[in-house]
Amino acid sequence: MEWLEELFPNVAAYWEKFLASCSATMQMFLIGGGISLVIGFFFGVVLVITRTGGIKENKYVYTFVNFFINIFRSVPFVILLIFLIPFTRLIVGTAIGVRGAIIPLCFGCVPFFTRQVETALSTVEPGKIEAARSMGSGTLGIVFRVYLHEAVPNLIRVITITAISLIGLTTMAGAVGAGGIGSFAINYGQNLHHQDIVNVCVILLLILVSVMQTIGNTLAKKTTNRSLFRK
Amino acid sequence: MIEINELKKTFQTEKQFVHAINGVNLRIEDGEIFGVVGYSGAGKSTLVRCINFLEVPDEGSITISGFGTYTARNGKLYHKDEGSDKETPATDKQLRALRRSIGMIFQHFNLLDRSTVFENIAYPLKYTGMSKEDIAARVTELLELVDLSEKVNAYPSELSGGQKQRVAIARALANNPKILLSDEATSALDPDVTESILKLLKDLNKKLGLTIVLITHEMAVVKSICSRMAVMENGKVVEEGNVYDVFADPQAGSTRRFVNASFGINNLEKLTETGVVNVTSNSKLIRLTFDRASVGEALISEVSRKFDVNLNIVLANVEILQDAPLGGIIILAKGEKENVLAAIDYFRSCSVKVEVIADGMA
Repeated sequence: MEWLEELFPNVAAYWEKFLASCSATMQMFLIGGGISLVIGFFFGVVLVITRTGGIKENKYVYTFVNFFINIFRSVPFVILLIFLIPFTRLIVGTAIGVRGAIIPLCFGCVPFFTRQVETALSTVEPGKIEAARSMGSGTLGIVFRVYLHEAVPNLIRVITITAISLIGLTTMAGAVGAGGIGSFAINYGQNLHHQDIVNVCVILLLILVSVMQTIGNTLAKKTTNRSLFRK
Repeated sequence: MIEINELKKTFQTEKQFVHAINGVNLRIEDGEIFGVVGYSGAGKSTLVRCINFLEVPDEGSITISGFGTYTARNGKLYHKDEGSDKETPATDKQLRALRRSIGMIFQHFNLLDRSTVFENIAYPLKYTGMSKEDIAARVTELLELVDLSEKVNAYPSELSGGQKQRVAIARALANNPKILLSDEATSALDPDVTESILKLLKDLNKKLGLTIVLITHEMAVVKSICSRMAVMENGKVVEEGNVYDVFADPQAGSTRRFVNASFGINNLEKLTETGVVNVTSNSKLIRLTFDRASVGEALISEVSRKFDVNLNIVLANVEILQDAPLGGIIILAKGEKENVLAAIDYFRSCSVKVEVIADGMA
């Protein structure tokens, strides 16, 4: 740890805090991301199958979901954070800390991810859907056996993009009391004039994002026109 | 047997209604290869999609042997069992069961790119209560049927177009359907590959007694494997019949265009336009069609001698359709007007169809 103390003395000084904020960021990322993944997948599929020409066309459902996604997509995340404080308090009892951050993170992430899933699923050729219908597949069969199966490379790509943008959201949530790397960088780096802390946060996030992007690209490539594990 | 009665389907675009099918009546017998030809937009694709109800017709009825009658009224589908009078609204479950019993193949194959050949063919078999072993056995059997056993673990991206279509055919036949719908299945393939796929379809038709409804814009396809055909234009069937008869004596305008194009006779216009063939004032450009009865006779030289007319052969073509010859000759007949007319009459008396294409004497 000597090199750390030499290069980033303040990070070493606040080491415990630093680890705690890394862990808080990871928690926000995994819990918020996990929930958003499920909900976003669900709404993305709903949008694709209920849109005009979809396999379960339904104008009302489509318009309703589409409307809400557009609303939450158009509110900047920082504003959304404050806007949702009363709602978050109502649901989880607090608006600060990791617990308080999950709900606004989901609201920020789900609309974005839903759109991404919708786009990814739209790349599945309509012919494949038609072929599945001609073989007697129903809605569920087509969703799971065609849409979610054929779009895997694109889904991996959009999950990567969303994960990276979610990291950004968690740091922003940090600015309003959620903790994590974002608040560490602001409170201990910026406010205490420890530039080395800010630098470490930047390097850490850079590594994190690069790793996620690399994994995403590799998996997307490995699943294009084939299944991941060759039988 | 597939019987289609007064079938109608209208699509609504933003500005207008498109009558994709506008009162179609057809009867397709068991075990035949039935061709539906037409230019794009003629409604043939919609028609074939109505047979397995991928498109629900607005009006009309379709009877498929073994599956009863489906009647559409106002875009709603009702079902009646064979020999029963009781009509009930058709359920999704019924339609899906019906679709499993009708195979369909497509122009762009529509295989799942992320699944192997095996998985693609197994797709319609899964979730039907079949055991894994039975599915594997059936897939092996199907691969042998389409002669592609060595590609069982390949992915579609590793296959050629013809091989992909073979996989698609195997997949369509997985549930032992009695009917196979083919939507431009050879239109994206090279000519020689097309030929091998058509041969396969014909073999399957013979071997399995498969009824094939084949839609295409290529007359060559119809010529090579269909026994009967229908020509569609603007959502209507404008001509229907035995393939040989339709080719020998096309009635509707679009049928003629199709037949002429397939005989290469469209070049004729170029020949007269460029002056390679010159229809002078003492000549007529005539098209003779020889069918089973008249092909093979030495009519041309006989007529030339008998009526003292010069018969200059511009184009000639003999096709073998359903194992019977069909000949077409374009001749420039030159001579005295009455002689030429007498020659034409004589041709007609020998059951040769005569058509005057350009008349220099008029």
